[in-house]
Amino acid sequence: MPTKPDTQTGTGPLVEVRHLSVHFQLRGGTMARLFGRDIGTIKAVDGIDLDLQPGEVVGLVGESGSGKSTLGRALLGLVPATTGSIRLQDQDIARMSRRQLREIRRVVQMVFQDPNAALNPSMTVEQAVGDALRVHGMRSASRRREGVVKALERVGLSPVELFLNKYPRDLSGGQKQRVVMARAIVLNPTLLVADEPVSMLDMSVRAKILQLMLDLKSELGLTYIYITHDLATAKYFCDRVAIMYLGRVVEIGPTEEIFAQPRHPYTKALLSAIPEPDPDKMVPRDLPRGEIPDAADPPLGCAFHPRCPEAVRGCGWESRDLRALVEQHWLRTDMAYDEEQAVIGDLDHLDAPATSATLGTGGAGAVRAILDRVRAEDPGEPLWSGVTSIEDAGPGVTVHFEPAEPPALRRAGGVDVACVLYPDEGTGRASD
Amino acid sequence: MAIDLTDQVVDASAGQPVISARDVRVWYGTTRGAIRAVDGVSFDLAPGETLGLVGESGCGKSTLGRGLMGLLPEGAKRDGQVLFRGRDIFSLSQKASYQLRGSELGMIFQEPLTRLNPLMRISQHFEETIKQHEPDLSKDDIRERALEVLRLMGIPPTRYRSYPHEFSGGMRQRLMIALALVLRPAFVVADEPTTALDVLVEAQIVQILNDLRRNFQTSLLLITHNVGIVAEACDRVAVMYAGRIVEQGTVTEVFKHPQHPYTRELLRSTISLSTTGLNFIPGAPPDLVDPPDGCRFHPRCPEAMTVCASKNPVDMERPGGGRVECWLIGPESEIPAGGKQPLKQQELTVADEA
Repeated sequence: MPTKPDTQTGTGPLVEVRHLSVHFQLRGGTMARLFGRDIGTIKAVDGIDLDLQPGEVVGLVGESGSGKSTLGRALLGLVPATTGSIRLQDQDIARMSRRQLREIRRVVQMVFQDPNAALNPSMTVEQAVGDALRVHGMRSASRRREGVVKALERVGLSPVELFLNKYPRDLSGGQKQRVVMARAIVLNPTLLVADEPVSMLDMSVRAKILQLMLDLKSELGLTYIYITHDLATAKYFCDRVAIMYLGRVVEIGPTEEIFAQPRHPYTKALLSAIPEPDPDKMVPRDLPRGEIPDAADPPLGCAFHPRCPEAVRGCGWESRDLRALVEQHWLRTDMAYDEEQAVIGDLDHLDAPATSATLGTGGAGAVRAILDRVRAEDPGEPLWSGVTSIEDAGPGVTVHFEPAEPPALRRAGGVDVACVLYPDEGTGRASD
Repeated sequence: MAIDLTDQVVDASAGQPVISARDVRVWYGTTRGAIRAVDGVSFDLAPGETLGLVGESGCGKSTLGRGLMGLLPEGAKRDGQVLFRGRDIFSLSQKASYQLRGSELGMIFQEPLTRLNPLMRISQHFEETIKQHEPDLSKDDIRERALEVLRLMGIPPTRYRSYPHEFSGGMRQRLMIALALVLRPAFVVADEPTTALDVLVEAQIVQILNDLRRNFQTSLLLITHNVGIVAEACDRVAVMYAGRIVEQGTVTEVFKHPQHPYTRELLRSTISLSTTGLNFIPGAPPDLVDPPDGCRFHPRCPEAMTVCASKNPVDMERPGGGRVECWLIGPESEIPAGGKQPLKQQELTVADEA
């Protein structure tokens, strides 16, 4: 594609991310904190490896809660890394002090999603863009203005005099995003982390801002991390794409291959779910059910398995899946709900993730009969293949599941995929 | 169903539109003058039909939706005629329009969490909604009716007594839709119902909206900025620009053979999976206190003619069916001599950009 000039120089990666994790401790209530009870951790980013070549555009794509923004922010040291390293110019961003981080932000800059929130309403355009120069020690006001004028011209805000003294409220959405871009490039950075830079903009403006980003890239030799939930812009804009789900990369590779031949079921689902402005193309009916789960208690095994249309035996079935299945059953047969619910009893205790699930209050036989009915409705449901045994337990039964580890990224064709459907080709993925 | 509307629909209408809007205007008063957010809009909606109302921010699409519902803020004035099954809902008394809302006219909002009461269980939401219109219904009947709608939305009965915060974003939007539909309104306005949702959840909701006509025979006005969703879920589409519907017709017709240059440019600037080049519309939508003379799109239109800058375009039968307002379509007889000369456009710079 003409929009993606090959600027790879082959001097080694600009950034090397290794085994990066960002975990957030949940605070819980006063009592929990008082007695030091562990409430839980959110693994926003969970063991990610990523290389960035100079001049490359890498897309981090996923739904909200996938950890894509946290990963982007970690690259600027805006969130502390729990483990792992981020190497840039022989330094480790994950281990830097605040002072060092300020220095590194000459090199790495960020563009935020909402230009209304990213700009201080009481600062003029000149102040907003010049502030970065001031923070980085440029004392002379006239030199600052020079830098600001240059940056504004670069982002197309000319004649500059029209904009220098404007406040954000005087600007349109597209103009504001241009100011944000100017502020990001005024220090001549090498790497720009752009977090949903066009999501808040109208359709007719999005293309303009993307074009601007491409122009800036070729003029200034920038490298981009492009964070988005929108696969369509990622397809157009990125050289490589990493699909993220619940803090992990589930598929990563060259954009063309990912879009031409998506391998991970999540990638396939995302691609098929985008409504195209073509009335002849319809979104398929077998969409993944449900939503991205709670990151504090991710599913056991593969995090995507509860929603996966291609799930199999070894995906890591567990108690919560059984609850969902029984509830799904009650969506279908309306007559039986009240009676069956009396036999099954409360399901809330199944929400604690476990590879065995005890349920039922109305006698083991009756519970088994209901489970058989559920199974008969959809014998192909992969959950049942993950069941190792069902034994009687008091007034109900205990269902045991086969435990499974979350799949690791493995080589498949030209990409890396984390899915049990793609076992190692034998080449072994070197993580570097 | 206690209120069975199907019979009424059949005898009162038999092909008659459920909603017939003529020359609808909504103006907001400001210190600078009146903002003409909706300025002369006409459309019909057949029973069970979904009309997509598409346009960019500020084009007046949400204002139109709220105007139809009678949910405008103070300081706004509406005018024109909207016939709902032959009755003009713009001239109803407050009490009568209050009774109509909920039971006959429903609304689905963008942000479900701000529309659900965090202190009320889902069951209480349904009880409140249904009791407003059918005070004699027992709790058990309400539960039965609510569960039926919830099932159609994919919400299991085990969640009936949960609180709104216990649901995910997509589930909350399903709840909103269920609440809007439980009284089986004949006409529903959905204002950007999927904008706050993730791609996969958005697709789920779009499918639910798509199934509405089969499950509820509801006529739906779907307001969105996403042309992909229109293609997915709508029968017909109305493209709105600067307070006016510039083109309307079946989705297939309008999207495959756009007649109005704005429709064409809007479709071209949309980035989809099949996009191979970036296109955008130069300039910005006009200030609706003082919109440009003639066609409101003419300062940005690549095909503008001299007539476009001076005379308002005429509502025309669209080639292929539907309506369109553009001098390129005609009528020839009303274009003054020399009016078809290309218009000398002022150059648009970033200073005029949206």
